[in-house]
Amino acid sequence: MATVTKPDKDVEKRERIVQRIARELRDGFYVNLGIGMPTLVANHVPAGMHVILQSENGMLGIGPYPIEGTEDSDLINAGKETVSEIDGTAYFSSADSFAMIRGGHIDLSVLGAMEVDQEGSIANWMIPGKMVKGMGGAMDLVAGARRVIVAMEHCTREGRPKILRKCSLPLTGVHVVDTIVTDMALIQVTSTGLVLEEIAPGLTAEDVQRATEPDLIVSSILKTV
Amino acid sequence: MNKLVPGADEAVRDVFDGATIMVGGFGLCGIPENLIRALVRKGVKNLTTISNNVGVDGFGMGLLLSAGQIRRHIGTYVGENKLLEQMVLQGKIQLDLVPQGTFSERIRAGGAGIPAFFTPTGVGTVVAENKETREFDGRLYLMEHALKADFALIKAWKGDRWGNLMYRKTARNFNPMMATAAAVTIAEVEQLVDVGDLDPDAIHTPSVFVKRIFQGELYEKRIERRTVRKAS
Repeated sequence: MATVTKPDKDVEKRERIVQRIARELRDGFYVNLGIGMPTLVANHVPAGMHVILQSENGMLGIGPYPIEGTEDSDLINAGKETVSEIDGTAYFSSADSFAMIRGGHIDLSVLGAMEVDQEGSIANWMIPGKMVKGMGGAMDLVAGARRVIVAMEHCTREGRPKILRKCSLPLTGVHVVDTIVTDMALIQVTSTGLVLEEIAPGLTAEDVQRATEPDLIVSSILKTV
Repeated sequence: MNKLVPGADEAVRDVFDGATIMVGGFGLCGIPENLIRALVRKGVKNLTTISNNVGVDGFGMGLLLSAGQIRRHIGTYVGENKLLEQMVLQGKIQLDLVPQGTFSERIRAGGAGIPAFFTPTGVGTVVAENKETREFDGRLYLMEHALKADFALIKAWKGDRWGNLMYRKTARNFNPMMATAAAVTIAEVEQLVDVGDLDPDAIHTPSVFVKRIFQGELYEKRIERRTVRKAS
């Protein structure tokens, strides 16, 4: 029953990715979570830690989805989903929002990608001739956030590597990604290349290398995620 | 001084074919529903629209799009609008995609008398094509030009007859900058109040930027993605 098990497997992969990213959060961080999988990081903020979520459409302090019946069309996140306020929430204009982002006031940006390359360049907004959606705030986020973590599946649905020597799609930013977290590994982007620091349980460094186009530098203290 | 107009049709009376029009809102949140409907009724054509999104199929700016009134659109994200995606891929409409922070700052600059500015966003990408780059403190920046418009269509929560405006929650988004960046700024409000009723410390858009104002009606305020949890 491939049609049933596949989505379950996808959910499991995503959970592994977002749980690992959540461990990068620190108390007092101001964080922007991208649309889709990155949003799920919010479900795994460690207990007792205060992390303030920013939404580029003009909100600091995003709460959980509203209780059924209290949703408000004037209160959405950047994914156009209804959200709620928390104590301490602030609203502001889009210009102020991107002053926060571009001005280096956001500690961490987590976003998805179609491709990332060994120099930390990222493509996540356009497939020429096929998909015209727009970059939204992604180009500003990768240019301005203090740290950029990419959350994505290691390979495409067809099994091809998404971590490449050089991105082939139109870029979102050049030399901007700090860390790549996938269902297979955690990889740091460094000036000497991609360093494989953690691998998923049951995998070897060779498994990850086979699913990755550029050569990986295997950390001397390689850990299991 | 009389900025109050009876309704949306009078408010857009002088919008002309070929005009450049800013429209507030993020997704369907904080869009001027009455003014968009009035533009559809008026039937003006060859518009250049400046707005973060283009509504959805059949609602908001999607109505202007399906009526064939938009010739060129400048925005940041159009993923919700299948019709636009088709029209772009078929070459029926010119679409200029701009990074959202650059978009908001270009509008802010347009209203603030700043003709251009430098930003790190988009360096090394297609956004940088044919643009001047300059190095400041060892980092490359792109020069981006201000955006202005003939008309700005603004949605606010409360407003008074002078044109002082207050927005509500995330419905603020691009409305405050757009209100400053057009020759004629038109605001529709959910609640029209008397001059003096708004707390001067709480006014988001001071009246100087607003040329016309009216009380909107029949607000649908459609939700694009209704995400909720159960009461526990």
